[in-house]
Amino acid sequence: MANTTKVPVVEKILDANDQVAEFNRRLLDEAGVFALNIMASPGAGKTSLILHTLQNLASEYRIAVIEGDTAPVTLDADKVSALGIPAVQINTGGDCHLDAVMLRSGLAQLTLHDLDLLIVENVGNLICPAAFKLGTHRNILVASIPEGDDKPYKYPNMYRGLNVLVINKIDLLPYVDFNMAYFRQGVELLNPGLLTFPLSCKTGEGIQPWLEWLRAEIKARRQ
Amino acid sequence: MHELPVTENILSIALKHAQAAGARRVTDIHIVLGKFSSIVDDSVQFYWDLISGGTICEGARLHFQRLTPRMRCQDCQHEFEVSGEIQPCPQCNSLNLILLSGDEFYLESIEIER
Repeated sequence: MANTTKVPVVEKILDANDQVAEFNRRLLDEAGVFALNIMASPGAGKTSLILHTLQNLASEYRIAVIEGDTAPVTLDADKVSALGIPAVQINTGGDCHLDAVMLRSGLAQLTLHDLDLLIVENVGNLICPAAFKLGTHRNILVASIPEGDDKPYKYPNMYRGLNVLVINKIDLLPYVDFNMAYFRQGVELLNPGLLTFPLSCKTGEGIQPWLEWLRAEIKARRQ
Repeated sequence: MHELPVTENILSIALKHAQAAGARRVTDIHIVLGKFSSIVDDSVQFYWDLISGGTICEGARLHFQRLTPRMRCQDCQHEFEVSGEIQPCPQCNSLNLILLSGDEFYLESIEIER
């Protein structure tokens, strides 16, 4: 039997993706576009939050949306287009997440210099999107009350990588066993001081602070 | 759920380093994996057997070193392992923790025949 030699490697397995993510970030920065990566489990309200955001900010800023979906359906992109906002649909072909290469192809379909804000709606999933950087400026999770208060404990990697947490459907708090203190403790353990917006896309409660934060971030990028 | 693209990356990194080292065959691949990194070893092995066929990595054994997450309390400096659900500092109950390790995911080394 032949002798084997050990060759040290020490290379991150997702390094190729991370490099494309850096390329995407440079494209966005050069064009002065502020870009969000919106993640959530299916049904948490990603699309509702995006539609609210568009309805409120479309008169102030030039916005586009990139929609990631696992199936070739354009339901979400159609809702965005109905508001007169450019929407690019990326069908991941069954893959459970967007990756940096898919986003790169989405970016190529937009005129970035004509935009202030780009919203990327990731595939509904709390595991896989956390592992794949896209090159966007902020990772945002839309959690929702009916999902239960244990999600930070069950999906630690998702909560660790966030810049902003939106807690949607707070109008359902009286009807659901959701212990906000337990939920927030899990978030704090994983991501101390995480910027958090509790809100309801149904009633509109709490939407204003979210919009104010977006305005401030877009303004900061323009200066 | 994303083990196929992950396995493709493992193969491409292993082939790159094996070729650079003048390997005739790769016999073993050592992967370091933090428990927070949500990768299923068995799925990677399944895809590996499918996609490594016909390359110099065919038949290589995959070894997974799983790292238990470790946290440090920023208030009392206590360091501890997280074996189950994350929890406040077991010594002082603080929530002010940082993760020292547990989300690693890299290819540590390969063993080759020349």
